[in-house]
Amino acid sequence: MWVYEKKLQYPVNVSRKNVHLAKWIITQYGGPDGELAASLRYLNQRYSMPTERGKATLNDIGTEELAHLEIVGTLVYKLTKDATVAELKAAGLGGHYADHDRALFYVDANGHPWTAEYIQAKGDPIADLLENMAVEQKARATYNWLINLSDDPQVTDVLRFLREREVVHFQRFGETLNYIQEFMDSKKCF
Amino acid sequence: MVVNNSCQALLCRIQQVEFVALELNLYLNTHPCDQRAIEKFNRAYQELCELKNQYEQQCGPLMNFGFGMNKGNTWLWAQQPWPWEM
Repeated sequence: MWVYEKKLQYPVNVSRKNVHLAKWIITQYGGPDGELAASLRYLNQRYSMPTERGKATLNDIGTEELAHLEIVGTLVYKLTKDATVAELKAAGLGGHYADHDRALFYVDANGHPWTAEYIQAKGDPIADLLENMAVEQKARATYNWLINLSDDPQVTDVLRFLREREVVHFQRFGETLNYIQEFMDSKKCF
Repeated sequence: MVVNNSCQALLCRIQQVEFVALELNLYLNTHPCDQRAIEKFNRAYQELCELKNQYEQQCGPLMNFGFGMNKGNTWLWAQQPWPWEM
């Protein structure tokens, strides 16, 4: 089971309302390389992961991604709070307003809804861990592009923290992959 | 119990120490024999326990489902602000 902590993993402050920035950042909430996809992918892969180290890594990184989902949600919430309909329209969020008002939703930067087609569980530990490593790199690149788009230093600070986490997760999945390759080699009989 | 400046400073310290523990946890998942890292993890755990206990006494509940206490006779969990509102 999970237990909730009534705090963010990393503090989130924004300088001002910024609807344009929120429209782009929401891709890390419900986009293809976002935090929801990452968390659900890793937690679901735990069941077929053969080693104890692999299961622990998937469980714990999958859990940390939920904390990142809340950080991204908080960014979007704070950047769009009190936005007028005119401001939402001007930022290209007229369609979002029609379907969701100011509610958050799991969409990418272009408004496409989240789908399980973003993620995979192959059941093969090598394939799954390599997918996860690729995903961490794609998320790192996405945060890079978001940092390039950001004109709010306080938001950029949070995006930098999240980008760094992708690098650490990539490293841990790589170590897990190396260990599993040794584990699988040791099981071969000639 | 109100979330004031000293509570914010305490929360900031909890975020820092918990991040240390989380990082060591992920590292130890793939380096389970590193004794120095285990010692550091246990030290972070001790400090975190003390900080969270202090936060709950002074500022309100941090965790639900019985992982934290409710001080006083009003139910604080559903009254205090949520992380995205702070």
